[in-house]
Amino acid sequence: MPAASAPADRAGPMLEAIDLACMRGDALLFRQLSFAVEAGEVLWIEGANGTGKTSLLRILAGLSPPERGEVRWRGQGLSRGRDALRADVLYLGHLNALKDDLTVVENLRFHAAIAGYPADAGAIDEAVSAVGLESRRDLPVRVLSQGQRRRAALARLWVAQSRPFWILDEPFAALDVTSVDRLSDRLAAHVGAGGIAVLTTHQEVALPAGRTRRLRLDAP
Amino acid sequence: MTGALISAFRRDVLQAWRRRADWLTTFFFFVIVVSLFPLGVGPEPAMLKTMAPGILWVAALLAAMLSLPRVYGTDYQDGTLEQLVLAPEPLPMLVLAKTVAHWLLSGLPLALMAPVLGLQFGLDGEPLAVLFWSLLLGTPCLSFIGGVGAALTLGVRGGGVLVALLVLPLYIPVLIFGAGAVEAVATGTGAAGHLSLLGACLCLSAVLSPWATAAALRVALE
Repeated sequence: MPAASAPADRAGPMLEAIDLACMRGDALLFRQLSFAVEAGEVLWIEGANGTGKTSLLRILAGLSPPERGEVRWRGQGLSRGRDALRADVLYLGHLNALKDDLTVVENLRFHAAIAGYPADAGAIDEAVSAVGLESRRDLPVRVLSQGQRRRAALARLWVAQSRPFWILDEPFAALDVTSVDRLSDRLAAHVGAGGIAVLTTHQEVALPAGRTRRLRLDAP
Repeated sequence: MTGALISAFRRDVLQAWRRRADWLTTFFFFVIVVSLFPLGVGPEPAMLKTMAPGILWVAALLAAMLSLPRVYGTDYQDGTLEQLVLAPEPLPMLVLAKTVAHWLLSGLPLALMAPVLGLQFGLDGEPLAVLFWSLLLGTPCLSFIGGVGAALTLGVRGGGVLVALLVLPLYIPVLIFGAGAVEAVATGTGAAGHLSLLGACLCLSAVLSPWATAAALRVALE
């Protein structure tokens, strides 16, 4: 597995959240939330439904602004360092972002081109095999099952080798046992190469031992 | 940079090609609405000739509006929009690429078909040519302006009707100059002035609307 670029241009944590607060409508989801993630670490966000896990991931990705507080990527606040974050982040939300009428391979190719990471035909073939969809590679996504769609979306994790920062919202949901193992291995390789990952899951999965930090969100 | 824009454009075109029915319905809506008028108002040649530009242009506005909910609607529902917003490319540029794709699929066919439909109304020669040019300049304005409305109504219940209320008033200048160009040439005053104003509308909407659309898309995702 080629290495994700491990940026060590600066001492200190790659990702920092300082005093974050998040409102949804009138409800306060969390406040005074601070944490830091160093290169080579996984941050596992736990919590019951509705405690703001997805909202937190969206704030970290820069999709929505926090009510207060700040997110820093490589020491730069998101309001100013947004370009740096976008060149590094790979966000996989609970929506798969696949086009129903395009094939698995076409979807991956367009994703790579628009998100701006290199992807030759070989890399995409490799990614499709890595998630076990070789026999479905040229079928439109519309005919795939729920789990297969999730795997097609996850194949981006194999294509985007140059993205050090993964944000994964329930990546293990709807996956079969083999796929869960493959994803755990990929995750371990990613952090082993100095990348970081922030994810949520309700499943008990094997996350890289000794490199996983837990963050529990509780209803206020 | 251009690679990402071309890909965004090609993805929309390819997707639309695989779902031809969506775009063909808009096109045939235009053809049918225009064809209904001669049946409804009677076969009086002089009257049809004076009404033709207005009818063709109003039908084009309605057809363009029908196709608007699809521009960002599916991207919003399947999560593609989140990925576009997070792309390193400036969002207004990606919006521009998507709008060009939308025009190619929904606006250009109307401009190409309009001269054929114009024959039904007894238009000929120069008025037909001006009709074509006015739609060629005007339909991209409809896509640009409509994109703002489509982005503003994302995720709103009953967005389809709301987009009509938002966008149709903004289409008025395009309608006036577009239909006016054909009338002007029919009455012998020359269409150059109207076509220049349409060109100005196009420049203005092409420069401003991608920024407004991008801002509206960001708000829709928050």
